[in-house]
Amino acid sequence: MGESKTARVPTPDQHAAVPFWRDVRVLRWLFQLAILVVVGALLYFLINNLVTNLARLGLNLSFTFLNRPAGFNISEGYQVLQYDHRTSRMWHAFAVGVLNTLRAAGVGIILATILGTIVGVARLSRNWLVSRVSLAYIEIMQNTPLLVQLFFWFTLVKALPRQRPGEILVLGDVTLGPLTIPPLAYFSQRAVALPGIEIHPSFRLWWPFLVVGLVVAAGLWLARVRMKERRGEPPTGQFWWAAGGFAAVLAVGWVLVPGAPVSLVLPGLEGETIAQYTGGWILSNTFQALLLGLVLYTAAFIAEVVRSGIQSVPYGQIEAATSLGLSRQQQLRLIVLPQAMRVIIPPLINQYLNLIKNSSLAIAVGYPDLFNISQTIGNQTGQNIQVIALVMATYLVISLIVSAIMNVANQRMQIVER
Amino acid sequence: MSGNVFQKRWAIFAFGFLTGVLLLVACASGAQPQGVNLGNTAGEAAEEVGIQPEEPAVQEPAQEPSEAPADAPTDAPAEAPAQQPTSGTSLLQEVQQRGVLRCGVNAALPGFGSIDADGNNVGFDVDFCRAIAAAIFGDADAVEYTALNADQRFPALQGGEVDVLIRNTTWSLTRDADLGVDFTVTTFYDGQGYIVRAGEFSSVEELDGGVVCVTSGTTTELNLADDFARRGLTYTANVFSETADAFGTFVEGACDAYTSDKSQLASLRSAEPNPDDYVILPDTISKEPLGPVVRANDSDWRDVVMWTVFAMIEAERLGVNQANVDEMLDSDNIDVQRLLGTGEDDLGALLGLPKDFGYQIISQVGNYADVYDRHLTPIGIEREGTLNAHWTEGGLMYAPAFR
Repeated sequence: MGESKTARVPTPDQHAAVPFWRDVRVLRWLFQLAILVVVGALLYFLINNLVTNLARLGLNLSFTFLNRPAGFNISEGYQVLQYDHRTSRMWHAFAVGVLNTLRAAGVGIILATILGTIVGVARLSRNWLVSRVSLAYIEIMQNTPLLVQLFFWFTLVKALPRQRPGEILVLGDVTLGPLTIPPLAYFSQRAVALPGIEIHPSFRLWWPFLVVGLVVAAGLWLARVRMKERRGEPPTGQFWWAAGGFAAVLAVGWVLVPGAPVSLVLPGLEGETIAQYTGGWILSNTFQALLLGLVLYTAAFIAEVVRSGIQSVPYGQIEAATSLGLSRQQQLRLIVLPQAMRVIIPPLINQYLNLIKNSSLAIAVGYPDLFNISQTIGNQTGQNIQVIALVMATYLVISLIVSAIMNVANQRMQIVER
Repeated sequence: MSGNVFQKRWAIFAFGFLTGVLLLVACASGAQPQGVNLGNTAGEAAEEVGIQPEEPAVQEPAQEPSEAPADAPTDAPAEAPAQQPTSGTSLLQEVQQRGVLRCGVNAALPGFGSIDADGNNVGFDVDFCRAIAAAIFGDADAVEYTALNADQRFPALQGGEVDVLIRNTTWSLTRDADLGVDFTVTTFYDGQGYIVRAGEFSSVEELDGGVVCVTSGTTTELNLADDFARRGLTYTANVFSETADAFGTFVEGACDAYTSDKSQLASLRSAEPNPDDYVILPDTISKEPLGPVVRANDSDWRDVVMWTVFAMIEAERLGVNQANVDEMLDSDNIDVQRLLGTGEDDLGALLGLPKDFGYQIISQVGNYADVYDRHLTPIGIEREGTLNAHWTEGGLMYAPAFR
C-alpha cells in the first residue's frame, strides 16, 4: 500500500533538506499567522485606546444605562409594547424603536415588491405609453437620492389641509338621496385615518377554530393534490378546496361563538382646536412620508430586477409555450415567471436588505424608528458608543434573519438537479 | 518524522494562536501607557506637546515586546507610568500649538449662533468663542467653527472634534456627571416655554391631547414630558433632530405647539415673516442655564474658558467696554489694571495666557453687555430685570474675585 505513495512523497531525508523558511506549507501558515497577529494587535490597540480614554473622561462601556428611566415620549408604536415614558426604561424605548423599524420595513417590503413587480412587467409591455411611463418612473426614482425624496414626500404630506373639522379632507360623509355614506377616511397634514379592524376580547375564543380550520385546510389541500396525482392529472383546484374548508370551520365558529371576533371601525374626528381621530387605522405623516419614500424608491430597483429576470428567460421558451397553445397569461404564469424567479430572488434579497437599512433615514422626517430613538437614548445618557454598537448589532440581526429566510426561498426555487 | 508535525494543522494553529496571544499580552503591558488622548486625532499632537518627564519611559516598554515577544508576558514595570502622561497634558497647550481654536456652535439659531450674509458665524455664543481665541492668541478670528446639531454636540466634544462647545447647551447634573464633559460658566440664564399660533391657545392646559414639536437630544424633550405629566395632560411628541425641521413642521401646522428655550423661541419667532402670528406662552417650565462646555478632567483648559467669560462680566462691572478700552489702559484703578494686564500683576501667566488677555478680549469682542446688546437685544430678548442682568442690577451675572 505504501509503495506507490512513498514514491511521490519525499523521503525524510529529502524533506529535512528543505529549511522551514522555504517550505511553502510552513510559509503559508506563517503568513496567516502574521495577519492574525497584526489584526489582533490593531484591534487591541483601538479598543484599549478607547477604554483608556473613556476612563479618562469618567465614562465606561457598560450597558447599565439601558435600565435607566426613559422619560421621553415616543409618538407612535408605544401602545403595542405598553411603553409609558413616565415609568418605562431605556431598553423599553429601544424595543419600541425596533418595532417601528420592523413595521416600516415589513410594510415597505410587501408594498415595494408588489409595485416593483407591476412596474417591472409594465416596463416590458408592448404598449408604448405604459412602457415609457414605467421607464421614466424607474429613472427618476433610481437617480435621485432617497433622503431628498423623503423630504419631498414629507413636505407633500404636510401640504394636506389642517386637522380641523371643516378644513380636513374627508372621503365619504355624503348623503345620496336615501343613502347616507359615513366618513370612510380622513386626510390631514398630521395623519391619515383609514377604516381599521378592531380585535375584540372574544377573539381568543376563536383561536381553536382558526387552528382547526388551518389543519382542515392543509388536509384538504393534500387530499386534493394526491387524488389528482392518482388520476394522473395536473393538480388544480386545491386552493379552493382548502379555502372552502377553512371557511366552513369558521362558519361553524360563527354559529357557536357569541359576538364577532373582529369588526370594521370607521374613523371619526373629535374636538375643535385640537381635533383627534377616534378609531380607525391611523397613519402618521412621518410614517406616510417614510413609507412612500422607501416603497417608491425600492420599487424602482425591484422593477429592474424583475425586468432583467423576465428577460433572462430565453425567447424560445415563450415560442414553445405559444406553440403549445398557452395564452399570454398562462405563458407568464406557468413558463416565464417560475424560471425568472431563479434569477430574480438573489438580487431581490439585496433590495430587501437595502430597504431595511434605508429605513434608518426615518430620522430625517422624525419617524421614531430604531435609529431615531437610539439617537435620543444616546443623547440623554451620553453612552453613544454602546448605543451605536447596539444599533449596528440590531440591524445586523434583522438583515441576517431576512437574508436567511430569503436564502431558503431561493434554494427552493432553484432547479433541483438529479 | 519531523516533517509530519506541519501536516497536523491543529498543531500549527495551536502554535500560531499561542504565539499570537503571547504577543498580544506583551503588547498589552506596553501599550497601556500609550493611551492616546481622544483629543488629538492620531496621537501626533500628544508627542509634539510631550513635555512630561515620563515620555521616554513610556517608549521603552512599548518597543520591548517586538524584540522579545514570548518572554515578556505580563511584566509589572510597565504598569507604573500608565496613568501619568494623560493627566499632564492640557488641551490649552495643544490649542496654542495648533494656533486655532476649534469651537462647536449652532448655525441655525439667529442671535445665538447663525451664519450671516457673508458666510461668517455670528451670534452671542459665537462671540464667546471669539473671546477665548482673543484671550489665547490675541486674535479673535483664530477660530474654526463646527456647526453642530443637538444630537451631534456631545459626541463631537467627547471625541475631540471641538475644543469647546458653546451651543446653547443646558447645564444639568446628568450631563455634567455622566457625559464626560465639564460645564464652565453660565453665560445665559434661560427657561423652557411654548410657542403657539396666536388665537389658538392661551395656556398650556388647552394643549391637552395636542401634538408638540420638539428637537431630539435636548433636555427640552424631557422637560416637556415632565411638564405635561405634572399637569396631567396627554400629548404626542413629534421629534426631529434638526431645530429647523421641528419648528418648520410647527409653522406648517402639523404641530399645535413647539417647545424650546424661550430665547430660542424668541429667536425663531423673530425670523418668521409675520412674528405676530405666533405667541410665546407665559409659562416657564424649566431652568436652562446655558454656557460653554469642555471635556472632563482638564482643569487648566476649563480655567481658561471660565476666566475668559469672567473677564467679560468683570469688565462690565468696571465700566470697561469695547469703546473705551483703549482709554482705560491708562486707568489707575487697580482692578482695571489687573483686568487689562497693565499693572504689576500678571494674572494671565497663572492661566497660561498672555498678560494682556483681558485687554484682547474687551478690545476685540467686548464685555458681556457689548455682546448681549449686539446679538440678543435686536431679536427682542430683554436683559433688564432678568437673571441675565449684571449682579449689581439684580441679575446673576457675577464674576469671582479677579485677582
